[in-house]
Amino acid sequence: MNQPHPPPVPGSGIRRRSQSQTGDRIFRGTTTFFALLVLALIASICVVLYVKGHLAVSTFGFKFLWNTAWDPVKEDFGALPSIFGTVFSSLLAILIATPISIGIAVFLTEMAPPWLQRPVGLGVEMLAAVPSIIYGMWGLFIFAPIMSRTVQPWLKGHLGGLPLFQGPPMGIGMMTAGIILAIMIIPFIASVARDVFSLVPAMSKESAYGLGATTWEVIRGVVVPHTRSGLVGAIFLGLGRALGETMAVTFVIGNAHKISFSLLSPSNTIASTLANEFSEATTPIYTSSLIELGLILFLITTTILALAKFMLWRIAAQVKGTDR
Amino acid sequence: MGFELVVPSQGVPVRCRHALIVLLAAACWGQVRATPPPSVHGGGATFPFPLYAKWAYLYKAKTGMTLNYLSIGSGGGLEQLRARTVDFGASEYPLPEDRLRVQGLLQFPMVVGAVVVGFNLPDLPSGELRLTADLLARIYLGEVTYWNDRAIRDLNPGLRLPGLPITVVHRADGSGTTWLFTQYLTRAFPAWGKAVGAGPSVRWPVGAGAKGNEGVASYIKTIPGALGYLESTYAAQSGLATACLRNRDGRFVAPSPSAYKAAEKQADWSGPVGDGTFLLDLPGPTTWPIVGASYILIYNEQSDAAKAKSLLGFLDWCLGEGDGVAEELGYVPLPDGAAQRNRAAWAAKVKSGGKAVWSPAAAAAGNP
Repeated sequence: MNQPHPPPVPGSGIRRRSQSQTGDRIFRGTTTFFALLVLALIASICVVLYVKGHLAVSTFGFKFLWNTAWDPVKEDFGALPSIFGTVFSSLLAILIATPISIGIAVFLTEMAPPWLQRPVGLGVEMLAAVPSIIYGMWGLFIFAPIMSRTVQPWLKGHLGGLPLFQGPPMGIGMMTAGIILAIMIIPFIASVARDVFSLVPAMSKESAYGLGATTWEVIRGVVVPHTRSGLVGAIFLGLGRALGETMAVTFVIGNAHKISFSLLSPSNTIASTLANEFSEATTPIYTSSLIELGLILFLITTTILALAKFMLWRIAAQVKGTDR
Repeated sequence: MGFELVVPSQGVPVRCRHALIVLLAAACWGQVRATPPPSVHGGGATFPFPLYAKWAYLYKAKTGMTLNYLSIGSGGGLEQLRARTVDFGASEYPLPEDRLRVQGLLQFPMVVGAVVVGFNLPDLPSGELRLTADLLARIYLGEVTYWNDRAIRDLNPGLRLPGLPITVVHRADGSGTTWLFTQYLTRAFPAWGKAVGAGPSVRWPVGAGAKGNEGVASYIKTIPGALGYLESTYAAQSGLATACLRNRDGRFVAPSPSAYKAAEKQADWSGPVGDGTFLLDLPGPTTWPIVGASYILIYNEQSDAAKAKSLLGFLDWCLGEGDGVAEELGYVPLPDGAAQRNRAAWAAKVKSGGKAVWSPAAAAAGNP
């Protein structure tokens, strides 16, 4: 990287430099412009959300954040049920998707015979290309009935005493939404995890195998520690997607403005509330409250991303410290 | 210079191409003679969308006029109308008179629809379950939670009702269907009005929300023990079992087109639309209680007379020849008296530059 520049070619150097400098300047200007455009876009989204949501902000103040009411008739709005549902469903999805995705990635990089690697890898990536409305329709018409007829009655029969399994098993609600979300984010986590796993130097793995380590020991002792930061990045990528997912969740979560820790009860998320109610929000305060919800989702996602960056940075610092 | 004369893609010289266009245009002119009426844009309620789309399709085949209808919801339609990006708005609940006056809008009913109650109980077919408005209100308030509750058994002495929990299904998106249903509950059960009230979306005490009538239908189909309200056409399409409701005369009526028409006949179409509940819970032995109209809103003052004439010509046709299509699709056409009132209102109130845009006589003489 720090190789010295080649010596300038005598004679032709001056002309070439002046020419390339003009091109460079134009190129630099254009790319800077586009890069700044991204920042401007983010800033303007923020400003517009704030301006349009200002009526709700000034009417409800900070109470909006912990008010559990959502009453369009009496015009009393609060964000807590939607925030709760957004975070709960996303965490559920991450909890389900992370082990499965890491399993897929480990299988693909460490165990699958070469003839199977490509088709399975391709299949996982194809899952990511399925439009979310398809997941929603599949979830509502096929998956939810299966849940309500078999899985949830069984859970209620065996674990019905837990607060997690209260209410009738209707197949529509937090649990179905969490699982659908998990299926949707698995391809993202799995393909990033596979990529980072494949970056582990063969030398390290071979050495461990040479010392008599089993596959499990190699994965636990060499592969995962080596790729920790990449894995965290993959999980946060999935989380970011789960937080904002709209259509699929709207179909299966049951859309009730209520806080419940039961996986069987209907709930909602910020994105599903927006999708459902925006087109028929007839009063200014209603529209404004919905936009403030959007602003909150924007802030949550930004915070998660910032947190991810921070964790990646800390892990990177640790790795540097231990490597020496 | 040869470069200028040749269109790269086709190799036809430009001058020839111009000639071709002129020829084509002339040919078209000769064929159609009159230019088609200017195209019209509308937007709003999703409930009448299938009907408006079909009407537009048939009317275009007849006259060549294009009508684009954006099914974006009543609220969205009114918003677009206010911004004047559409020529008419469609809403499932009427705007209050004062807002109509301020915005200079004319509002009139276009088609009638009914809300029915669908349910999912094993071995219980359509038309056997009997419900009343106050029982529905208590179910939706979460006071009656099991199918074998005393209140339901008392109404249905002959039925074997299971000990299933009632899963209440409602609309998650704002909708005219919800507006009509909650109006019905508010009138029948004062406690509902106090606790929840009426509106296109309300604070539901219990239940799961589904998006759109289709969503409600599929939730009910999916969940054993579910009960929900939806537009009659969707219930019929998805083959849901529906409940009989007790009407004002104290009789239990099964939902059917004739029961909706009975409500139309009972309604007073001569007064102002008011709050739009003039079709709700009317007397008569065969009257279905939850019936409402779908409305269209246009500006009294039209900037483009030709366009306004084109729109009113279309609406006139819909209320006349279009009736058959409406019934085919499961809607209830307006009674003749109401259609005449609409026509009279268009002739009297819709103006462009102080002059009336449309008159029934002119329309009858030569529909465009």
